[in-house]
Amino acid sequence: MRTSIAYIASNTFREAVRDRVLYNLIAFALLLSGAAILVGQISIEIEKLVVINLGLTAVSLFGIVIAIFIGIGLVSKEIEKRTLYTVLSRPVRRWQFIVGKFFGLAGTLVVNTFFMAIGVFAALFYVSHKFVKADALIFVALYFIILQFLIICSLSLLFSSFSTPLLSAIFAFSLFVIGSFAEDLRNFAAMAHGITRWLATGAAYLVPNFSAFNVITSIAHEQPVAGRLILQNTVYALFYATMALSGAVLIFERRDLK
Amino acid sequence: MTSQSKITVVSGILLVVSLAGISFVLHLEDQLRPQATPDEVLFLSSPTMIKRASLGYDGLAACIYWTRAVQYFGYRHHYYAASYNLLAPLLEITAHLDPHLLVAYEFGSSFLAPPPPHGAGQPQRAVELMQYGIQQNPGNWHLYYDLGFVYYMDLKDYKKAEETFERGSQVPNAHPFLKVLAAQMAQHAGEYDTAKMLWSATYETTQDEQIKENAIEHLRALRVDDDVAHLQEAVTRFGEHTGRLPANIAELAAAEHLPGIPLDPEGHPYKITPEGRVEVRVPDDFPFATRGLPPDYKPVPTPHSDH
Repeated sequence: MRTSIAYIASNTFREAVRDRVLYNLIAFALLLSGAAILVGQISIEIEKLVVINLGLTAVSLFGIVIAIFIGIGLVSKEIEKRTLYTVLSRPVRRWQFIVGKFFGLAGTLVVNTFFMAIGVFAALFYVSHKFVKADALIFVALYFIILQFLIICSLSLLFSSFSTPLLSAIFAFSLFVIGSFAEDLRNFAAMAHGITRWLATGAAYLVPNFSAFNVITSIAHEQPVAGRLILQNTVYALFYATMALSGAVLIFERRDLK
Repeated sequence: MTSQSKITVVSGILLVVSLAGISFVLHLEDQLRPQATPDEVLFLSSPTMIKRASLGYDGLAACIYWTRAVQYFGYRHHYYAASYNLLAPLLEITAHLDPHLLVAYEFGSSFLAPPPPHGAGQPQRAVELMQYGIQQNPGNWHLYYDLGFVYYMDLKDYKKAEETFERGSQVPNAHPFLKVLAAQMAQHAGEYDTAKMLWSATYETTQDEQIKENAIEHLRALRVDDDVAHLQEAVTRFGEHTGRLPANIAELAAAEHLPGIPLDPEGHPYKITPEGRVEVRVPDDFPFATRGLPPDYKPVPTPHSDH
């Protein structure tokens, strides 16, 4: 069982590399090195802030775009190329296929994030000429970004298990945007009455709460992140990804592939 | 030459020619409408809306808006602009996006408060910006210092300046000179020594080279103001004793038993005009001086001063 998942995951990773997904690292490197050099000349006293803010924002956005656009095609592409039938004719269960795809995509994003993190630290060293203890907080922001990726990967897979790639991309991206407003949605629910309140509260808990994962600004100001938040975000991301993956498995198990 | 090579050569030439053509046409269009600069446009002006639109990446958005504010101020300051309509909104958006971006308050108040051409001449907006900064960063004594500075220098509200320095002095780890400044405001507000003390404190407490340079420029200007005031009094005394004006600065120095000819901070001797006014030799050396400048003096405008 484990072997099947690992096999599908490693194949997904290899396929992503073959599809030149990691080429985005070149764009990232150019963006970061350009910003590090340029900002010092056109702004005042924010070189380090820009490197951290821009670097981590780029890691996050590049990853989210990859998670959505690769994630939505993971199932549909296999059906389109008819390779899915070959896979499923072997001793591989449908749920293993979905879980394997999830880990493959997550692995791709972790590797991508690792190389981008090297770029962020290199740019930081270029503008500061040294590292300070507070720079270690960047690892926390990177960890939260990876947790975000897990949620988005699982959502992309969920949508791709029953919808077309285009609609899946729209759904996943919309959920990312709505998830950024999750706290506003909860505030709105608190102010509403009757059925609206129930519906809004339900929606607020159902959409992923990405605002809790975004600590980039506070980390740029060297403000520490509470250990409790790290723990709660970890548990939340695991629960959410498990929920979305379970939904994907439930749908895919019942899907007529003929 | 094979067919494929021909296509490669033709496509390559077309690409380069088209690229050059685009640049050339754009250049011609710029000449047609030289005033069509986008610097007076703020498409989104609501800080709350911009914060929402940033999808949580508000730190980066704040850096972008701060850079835009710096560019906007720098461009208009360079051309001695009389109005800075977008400066306050840009700074307010920046502060709203990242309330802990201290540089936006520290520099922002010095952009907003001084009268043109040195600043936007909007000290009240500077006070509002600083008050928001203090509200968001109550433990930062520098912000109290900067706010008190605006009250003293630009609004001449010595009572408010005293209160602000006093409040700042109560912040944990505040620099002791805030207490001294509060006392100074209460006793000697408006005097040359107080202004000198404020700029000296600014010079000593900042790490930023540009703020240090600005403080030096103001200290030099204060020295010019003080020298000119004293020399002008000496000219009046000379006139009372002799019934005429001194012929030159050397005659005045001799009459006043000065150890040498009075020099400005650049090392140039002061001069006395035929009307008896004491002036500096090169007014452009002291952009912040309020005395010792020719009555019709205007800073030398750079090209495109109509901006």
